[in-house]
Amino acid sequence: MEATADKKDLKKFRKETREWLDANCPESMRQPITGPEDVYWGGRNGEFKTPDFKIWFEKMHAKKWIAPHWEKQYGGGGLDRMEYKILTEEMSRLGCRKPLFSFGLSMLGPALLKFATEEQKIKYLNDIVDAKIRWGQGYSEPGAGSDLANVQTKAEDKGDHYLVNGQKVWTSYGEKADMIFCLVRTDVEVPKHHGISFLLIDMATDGATTRPIKLISGKSPFCETFYDNVKVPKENLIGTEGQGWDIAKYLLTHERQMIGGIGETHVPTPVSDIAKKYLEIKGDVMTDAVLRAEIAKFEMDEAIFDMTIERVIDEAKAGNNSGALSSFFKFYGTELNKRRYEIMVACQGIDGLAWEGEQYNHGAIAKQFLRTKGNSIEGGTSEIQLNIISKRILGLPTR
Amino acid sequence: MALILTEEEQLLKTSASELFKSKAQIAALRKLRDEKDPLGYSKSLWKEMSNLGLAGLTISEAYGGLDFGYVGLGQVLETCGRTLVASPLVSTVLLSGTAIQLGGNEAQKKQYLPGIASGDSIFAFAMDEGKHHNPENCNTKITNNLISGNKTMVIDGHVANYFIVAVKDEKGISKLVVVNAKNEGILVEKIEMMDSRNLANVRFENVKVEDILDSYSSSTNLIENVLDVARIGLAAEMLGGIQEAFSRTIAYLKERRQFGVPIGSFQALQHRAAEMFGEIELCKSVVIKSLKAIDNQSDDLPKMASLAKAKLGETYKRVSNEGIQMFGGIGMTDDEEIGFFLKRARVVQHTLGDTNFHLDRLAKMKKY
Ligand SMILES: Cc1cc2nc3c(=O)[nH]c(=O)nc-3n(C[C@H](O)[C@H](O)[C@H](O)COP(=O)(O)OP(=O)(O)OC[C@H]3O[C@@H](n4cnc5c(N)ncnc54)[C@H](O)[C@@H]3O)c2cc1C
Repeated sequence: MEATADKKDLKKFRKETREWLDANCPESMRQPITGPEDVYWGGRNGEFKTPDFKIWFEKMHAKKWIAPHWEKQYGGGGLDRMEYKILTEEMSRLGCRKPLFSFGLSMLGPALLKFATEEQKIKYLNDIVDAKIRWGQGYSEPGAGSDLANVQTKAEDKGDHYLVNGQKVWTSYGEKADMIFCLVRTDVEVPKHHGISFLLIDMATDGATTRPIKLISGKSPFCETFYDNVKVPKENLIGTEGQGWDIAKYLLTHERQMIGGIGETHVPTPVSDIAKKYLEIKGDVMTDAVLRAEIAKFEMDEAIFDMTIERVIDEAKAGNNSGALSSFFKFYGTELNKRRYEIMVACQGIDGLAWEGEQYNHGAIAKQFLRTKGNSIEGGTSEIQLNIISKRILGLPTR
Repeated sequence: MALILTEEEQLLKTSASELFKSKAQIAALRKLRDEKDPLGYSKSLWKEMSNLGLAGLTISEAYGGLDFGYVGLGQVLETCGRTLVASPLVSTVLLSGTAIQLGGNEAQKKQYLPGIASGDSIFAFAMDEGKHHNPENCNTKITNNLISGNKTMVIDGHVANYFIVAVKDEKGISKLVVVNAKNEGILVEKIEMMDSRNLANVRFENVKVEDILDSYSSSTNLIENVLDVARIGLAAEMLGGIQEAFSRTIAYLKERRQFGVPIGSFQALQHRAAEMFGEIELCKSVVIKSLKAIDNQSDDLPKMASLAKAKLGETYKRVSNEGIQMFGGIGMTDDEEIGFFLKRARVVQHTLGDTNFHLDRLAKMKKY
């Protein structure tokens, strides 16, 4: 009996959600995102690209749907998993963009929910939801990429503060970040995994600087960040000293789900539609038979990957959760995205490889295509994900 | 016919490689790109290349060339591929020089070939009319010695002194014609490409033709023959890029350390590297064999050209993707040069037919 009552409520919730979204989501916020400049990131210097960005953010914010599944005291909407799933589905159905893109929402938030003190949660989570702080991720260093536990940036205990010295690299949007969540070494005596701590650093502090790095796409969305005698208040430590590696790993599972496309509400244009637009079709059949087969196989894998995400999320709801599965999602989702762009470029032929020019949309496709090559590197490379699957899911022995 | 280079061919390769080592590293291409050089290549380098005889390798001695053959030109193209040398070698020598040599009559050869061999004339070959290579798609018409139509992907179209244009006459017969770039009615739009080499879209509106190249047994065969020679030449260029990208990747696997060891000690990477090694061995064979097929005027040329272009396109894609992946974060940066190979790989792959195009063509040749 209870189950049917539940079902009814969910039906009602779905109907109301759909109506609300349809009434409140501006038309332009239902259009495909063209790149990282085309979303609202919030932060101290956050800018709305057009008034619709502002309207959409404010509507969703008032509705408490910036972080729909967080508890209310943290600025969330308090939705349960089923409601959250319905909201995500309805947003996808209408093609609604997320009102706020934020590493705070997708990465730091979940880690704070699990490891931070109540005081820290109230403060930082609300700031994330209110888009007051834009966060960056300070994990990688020149000598600590795949071997992340090798971080050398040092934080010395100076009584009321930590003194931080060192360098991070590949910090996405580092020059735009108000604060960075950093892995720092607080103990050099213990084995490397045990000497790491998780510290929140305000980039406005003296001694914190950034230098942009240019990507192969010609854009500079990531940075080197330098810490030269940066004083960080003690209360910015999350968890305990030495707990950094556990927090880092937990956060990475969320990051990997995000990069793998989980929780994405925006539905990309089907590759086959793109193919139809650019390639010769004779009697419903693409004349490039090889590409046709490639596209069909891609669409098979894409559709079934979506089903797999759905199944695993539902299973997790029923209590079967394996953190290691996020490695599979990260691996498969990013490899799929790379395939998507290979196909898109192939469809557009030489036009898809133009770099400048109005009629080629200033090389948008070529540049996006190049950017996707980083998908299987950022957040832990494909190789590292496969290693984790082998070890943690398959239980294969190590040497 | 052994599948090895003669001593002369080996010597030629070495001297080209020495020239590029000092004058045309990837830094040179980066400079042309960053300075938005209007030519897209270095005039002084082209002069030096021509002085070495590289522009006249495939041109008969009677017209100022060295008559060295396509195996020789292939070695130079391969060497260019290693450091992504931007020069008019493909447009002027490989495509247009071949077209005139094969299709021109005595007078035409006399008129155009010496300028090519000396490096003084730049020729562009205008063939395709869409975003995908398709020789059958030709709507550029010739009537009363005037041509009209739109050409795409014209390599070096923005710097050419002459165009060789594929057209159709009133009877629908394909022809190659020579057009002086100074003639009225030509509109050239330069396009910056991902690989920092220039292509152009060229519009011809009632443009006067200088010459029709019709000394070949059949004009359709002439176009196919020129294209096949050029496809093989591009495959040779790709072979250079593939080998260079691969050896840089291998060097990085030996040098970069994570987890206290060189990343090249991880079997996951070792096996992929070893597989690529095997693919590259295949590439070397099809390139040398198809270059020799040109010099021997083999009947198998269309098949060899498609085999070479398909295989090299596929392998260049694989090796350039793997290069970035194995370099990790650094591979995604513009400072690191490995990404330049990925960019060139995609553009050269689409030039004169990508892997799919040639697989399909091979299937059609065998009637399945
Ligand atoms: C676009 C982009 C954005 C990024 N954003 C951020 C960010 O915001 N914050 C941040 O901290 N970092 C960021 N990164 C860094 C990213 O996390 C690292 O690049 C990544 O972890 C790989 O480290 P590395 O670059 O040092 O490569 P390396 O670790 O040197 O890897 C080189 C190659 O070796 C392979 N390899 C290494 N170890 C093994 C092994 N055990 N078995 C098999 N193969 C192995 C790798 O898979 C890779 O192919 C970003 C990276 C990119 C490309």
